[in-house]
Amino acid sequence: MEDKVIKSDKINPKLKYEIMKIPGGQNLLKCFACGTCTVSCPVWQDDPTFNPRQIVRKIIIGLEEDLLNDDRIWYCTTCYDCYERCPQDVKITELIMALKNYAVTKGVIHQAFTAQVTEIFKFGRLYEVDEFFNKKRSQLGLPELNSESPDVKKIYSETKLEEYVDKSNLQNKSEGEK
Amino acid sequence: MKYALFLGCSVPVRGINYELSVREISKVLGIELVDIPEFTCCGFPTKSVKIDSQMLMSAKNISIAEEKGLDIVCLCSACSVTLTETLKEIKEHKDIRDKINDELKTLGFKPVEGKIKIRHFARVLFEDIGIEKIKEKIVKPLTGFSIAAHYGCHYFKPSEAYDHWEDPENPKSLDELIKVTGAESTKYSYRNQCCGGAILGVDKNLAYKMTYEKLQRINEQKADAMVLFCTFCSIMYEGNQKAILKEFEADFNMPVLYITQLLGLAMGISPDTLGFKLNRIRPKEFLQKFEQI
Ligand code: SF4
Ligand code: SF4
Repeated sequence: MEDKVIKSDKINPKLKYEIMKIPGGQNLLKCFACGTCTVSCPVWQDDPTFNPRQIVRKIIIGLEEDLLNDDRIWYCTTCYDCYERCPQDVKITELIMALKNYAVTKGVIHQAFTAQVTEIFKFGRLYEVDEFFNKKRSQLGLPELNSESPDVKKIYSETKLEEYVDKSNLQNKSEGEK
Repeated sequence: MKYALFLGCSVPVRGINYELSVREISKVLGIELVDIPEFTCCGFPTKSVKIDSQMLMSAKNISIAEEKGLDIVCLCSACSVTLTETLKEIKEHKDIRDKINDELKTLGFKPVEGKIKIRHFARVLFEDIGIEKIKEKIVKPLTGFSIAAHYGCHYFKPSEAYDHWEDPENPKSLDELIKVTGAESTKYSYRNQCCGGAILGVDKNLAYKMTYEKLQRINEQKADAMVLFCTFCSIMYEGNQKAILKEFEADFNMPVLYITQLLGLAMGISPDTLGFKLNRIRPKEFLQKFEQI
């Protein structure tokens, strides 16, 4: 049978302080575990293995391994229903953001986010406005748009986001650069 | 009335019908939209990875608009919330303001002073134009139509970021924009359910399930169409509709329109001009019914 006892050597007692240092994590300790967030959560309603109250409790207890090894931390859609209803103003949507940011610093990142960060680096947007789209746009009387942004690349390097760009996926350049 | 038009990532390629209809009804309502080529992604998708990067990317866009002295209108709700929250943080917290403005300076941008407003296009219609003025422009009312409103999430939540202008449990502005066209707003349960689009890349089946549930409830109420005003929601309800309905073995289709397409029709603008040909779920029966009015 699975061992349900929490082992003290599996706990990172500093986790809560680490999370509270990240913007959005400040109100963590206000939680009084009422569960309003969970019952409000549309993701939980369709998949009860995603449970925001449990995430808060796990952060407070310090179950770092458990949290970071579970894809579930990436399941929040940021709908803000829990945020609106939490009686303690925990701002749980932002708290989960902070947790994801923390996971990233520990080398844990969901590939869906690597992909998004990479596309934005390349094109300044999630989707490339390539020649095909610019042609289509101008035929419809819409202004053509740039297919990349030097400013965005600078922001990536200034804030050290560059290291999360998938380097193996940079070849797919816009037509003009080939 | 003059605004900087913030297209974001998805509108220019996945929401061309939205963009066309926004520009068309703006002409009718006397809204001047200024295109700013330097605008990029608002930063939202980077927030999960690094909040600092998101803040700076948002601030960069805000700085560009401020320099031109223009308020921003967003078409995507995620852009709207991300830029609004960032501006609020910059205005309310000196430490954040100083940090961001230092970084902006390094990158060659003007500091953000917090002089401009950032709002979603639908909110601008509601607040700056007003329902009464829109009503004056309605020449082909959609009498007899039942239209289901989908607010999505980031248009009005977190309500704190938006200074509580909508009730987070019971938003009203989109219903008002539907009713002004002469259509009725379809009553259906669990209206505020999220589309699930943000986790499409994380768990496709779960995201599909969230989208399907709402499509099905709207279909049960025999709505003529669903309207929305966020490209990400549209990708789920319209772009992926065929795949989703197949997955759940459902035999119906639900036209999905942008509210600006609906308003444009009622203002007498032709469906082609409003980009109806670009809608993935062909609103054929919808337009036939409209022509018979
Ligand atoms: S709703 Fe707020 S106080 Fe209640 S369990 Fe969730 S985070 Fe804690
Ligand atoms: S914001 Fe995230 S955790 Fe909160 S209710 Fe929505 S999906 Fe659930």
